[in-house]
Amino acid sequence: MANVVLRDVRKTYTGGFEAIKGIDFEVGDGQFCVLVGPSGCGKSTLLRMVAGLETITSGDIDIGGRIVNQIEPADRDIAMVFQNYALYPHMTVYNNMAYGLRNRRMPEPEIDTRVQEAARILELSTMLDRKPRQLSGGQRQRVAMGRAIVRQPKVFLFDEPLSNLDAKLRIAMRVEIRKLQRRLNTTSIYVTHDQLEAMTLADILVVMNSGRVEQIGNPLDIYQKPATTFVASFIGAPPMNLMPLRADEIRSQFAGDSRAAGESGILGIRPEDFVISAETIAGGIALDLTVEAIERVGAETFVYGTRQHEIQGVAANPGELPPGEVIVRIPGAVAPAIGERIKAVAPRENLHLFSADGRQRIEL
Amino acid sequence: MVEHRPWNDIIAYAILTLGVFIVAFPVYVAMIASTHDAATVVGGRMPLSPGGHALENYYRAIFVGGSRTAPEPVGQLLLNSFISAIGIAVGKICISILSAYAVVYFRFPFRKTAFWIIFVTLMLPVEVRIYPTYKVVADLRMLDTYAGLILPLIASATGTLLFRQFFMTVPDELLEASRIDGAGPFRFFKDTLLPLSITTISALFVIQFIYGWNQYLWPLLITTQDSMQTIVTGIKKMLVTTDELAEWQLAMATAVLAMLPPVAVVIFMQRLFVRGLVETEK
Amino acid sequence: MEKSAVFNSSRLLPYALLAPQLIITFVFFYWPASQAVLQSFKREDAFGLVSEFVGLENYHALFAQPEYYRAMLTTLVFSTLVAGLSLLIALLFATQADKNLKAAPAYKTFMIWPYAVAPAVAGVLWFFIFHPSLGTLARPLRGLGLDWNPLLNGNHAMTLVVMSAVWKQIAYNFLFFLAGLQSIPKSVIEAGAIDGAGPMRRFWTIVFPLLSPTTFFLLVVNVVYVFFDTFGIIDAVTGGGPAGATTTMVYKVYADGRLGGNLGGSAAQSVVLMVIVIALTAVQFKYVERKVQY
Repeated sequence: MANVVLRDVRKTYTGGFEAIKGIDFEVGDGQFCVLVGPSGCGKSTLLRMVAGLETITSGDIDIGGRIVNQIEPADRDIAMVFQNYALYPHMTVYNNMAYGLRNRRMPEPEIDTRVQEAARILELSTMLDRKPRQLSGGQRQRVAMGRAIVRQPKVFLFDEPLSNLDAKLRIAMRVEIRKLQRRLNTTSIYVTHDQLEAMTLADILVVMNSGRVEQIGNPLDIYQKPATTFVASFIGAPPMNLMPLRADEIRSQFAGDSRAAGESGILGIRPEDFVISAETIAGGIALDLTVEAIERVGAETFVYGTRQHEIQGVAANPGELPPGEVIVRIPGAVAPAIGERIKAVAPRENLHLFSADGRQRIEL
Repeated sequence: MVEHRPWNDIIAYAILTLGVFIVAFPVYVAMIASTHDAATVVGGRMPLSPGGHALENYYRAIFVGGSRTAPEPVGQLLLNSFISAIGIAVGKICISILSAYAVVYFRFPFRKTAFWIIFVTLMLPVEVRIYPTYKVVADLRMLDTYAGLILPLIASATGTLLFRQFFMTVPDELLEASRIDGAGPFRFFKDTLLPLSITTISALFVIQFIYGWNQYLWPLLITTQDSMQTIVTGIKKMLVTTDELAEWQLAMATAVLAMLPPVAVVIFMQRLFVRGLVETEK
Repeated sequence: MEKSAVFNSSRLLPYALLAPQLIITFVFFYWPASQAVLQSFKREDAFGLVSEFVGLENYHALFAQPEYYRAMLTTLVFSTLVAGLSLLIALLFATQADKNLKAAPAYKTFMIWPYAVAPAVAGVLWFFIFHPSLGTLARPLRGLGLDWNPLLNGNHAMTLVVMSAVWKQIAYNFLFFLAGLQSIPKSVIEAGAIDGAGPMRRFWTIVFPLLSPTTFFLLVVNVVYVFFDTFGIIDAVTGGGPAGATTTMVYKVYADGRLGGNLGGSAAQSVVLMVIVIALTAVQFKYVERKVQY
């Protein structure tokens, strides 16, 4: 049982590329922390630095009150589940799980107890004599989990453990992992690029972008109050609609609010916060849209529309909508026709305002 | 082929059968000759069907030896061939898997230099440095020893390159998982890398066994005693006499014995053989 | 290509792992090779007691010998014949075995086993069949009015040596050609057929060009084979004779050093051979570099 603390952790590769640009956060004892971000953002590198598989250029990593910067992976009291599972292909399931314990000279009876217990929890008891290649993807994933839990480490590290599974199995395993972690109450750090996985698993969510932390918090807070336009467009699907507004537009939209006065900025509205209605809401926003495309997925419908008055100069961010396009998410299967002109309205409390560079949220 | 014409297949079968016939014919004749007595063979009118002297000829070749032409029984030479072929194959595998492990899994000063030192040996077959190498072996007092037959042939780049290539395909995560599981360089090698390399090792063994067994020039140079010859070099000595006195039926029996082990290896371990051949050369 | 996951903490271990191979390489490769170079600039007396530095004299002597040019020519003829014939024959068999025949795997086994026969043994087998007085096939040749005698006639001796070398090499070339043919996607050939190309046309316009990397690789390997591995055939069958008709460059290094005791001259020849091998390897390197990306 341990907490994990990162203090100004940096990683610079020989050649000068700065992969991790100073990261601070703390994962409390027993918490489930998810690092999420687009590929190349440094999340896997950071996890591997915690594991000891990558060196730290500067800063400290502290596991359970001990600075582990110079400590070998085997001695950090961590266990890791790899994306491709990294099972030893020539060893049986049993030996895959027992290997790390044997290397630590644990007595065989105790190894057996732990392996059998892990196998029981993971429903692998009948497969202990099989080799990894005789298992399905989901079963291999469970063996990789088993190898981690028999060690009873202070910290579990997961490096995109579900990305090699098909969609259905991925959801099932996601639930399994969360249940298992609750039951064992082991501090965990989990890397994924899937924002849905991140939202559903995390106690603390760390959103990363190009080697930096964009926002840390609990998932719902991050969803409701994204700190930057990057977070706003990365968390939530389909992404938040972002529209640059001129200073005068902001003044007229948010009349009377001193914090919104003066400068240009970016307005954000989540697709699900719109209502299609002829009535405007006092203090809210109303957009005149021409319907371009419609996606019906059953329980809900996505309406893709173009704003009639295009506003120039949109900052480009991953996941952001093309200029002028707005997505509206409405419940049910009833939808306007293509080419139809509609009015999408959203109340004041669902509007997000960011600084013009997208780096700062302006509280309203 | 895309067309389905019966004559197409018939032509193919005919050509291939002809090929197999050409390939097999010299060996068939040798086998036949090894079953006749000396007079029948030397007479120049040897039939193409087996004679009745097979047991006698093979017994003499293996245990007794010919009269003047091959004083040494082939049994001893077969043993020499086995020892040196297995020695060469095992030695090569041992030193090259270790050097490949060092080059792939460690970072250290002069790593690339070491790799190049090994790699360049591809360009120096024993044939271009015969006498100086002979002198080194003589100075080391290894003439007429198994060490002299084996050691100069076990260092070459092929094995190192083959293992290096295989190691590169082993996922990095296996090493990382091993490190987290508390395995150092020795344990990782013994518990993970070596078991995964079994097929590569076997393939290399098959190729190097054949290579070692079929060595000619080197054993010819460094063995002066007949009892240290290999079977491949021994055959030639059976023929170096005035022809009429050469005991051809014994020479052919010896040739058959000399072919048997490596050919058996190719036929019964064909998969490993093909794999080894393709991978050491590609 | 480099591993990113490595052991960083071990300082001496990698050197210990490399030591056996490096020691053997230095003792049996670099030291003798450098001695060969050194020796090629020296002359030794008959007892090997005194040696003096003579500069390029050994090389001058070597290139003044008509025998050396003859050995070069012999090597050229020999390698052209062996490489050309064995490649052609192997390609013919491989294209047949690539057809969708039921018995193809069995034929493959029957074709490849001569690879395992030692060159010297292969030479002895062919020598026996074509032996002038007792060879099974020598009598029919005589019957055709040919005065067949490889022991006395240089051309006959060369023919015999070439046959043995080709016989032995077909297996190797067959295997690589078959692998090359089988790696050509069926769909490409089917597309050719739909485009109206008949079997022969398809072979020359589609299959053969796609096979050219294999062919080129085999060409180089075959030349190296002819240079070095055929030593056993020549020594067992003809001993370089009759009258030097089958003395190749490698055989001459051996014969001059062993029989003639001219170590300086032999060393100079070794150096010339080394240069040729390095040139050949440089060509081959194009194909090796795929696995050596340093």
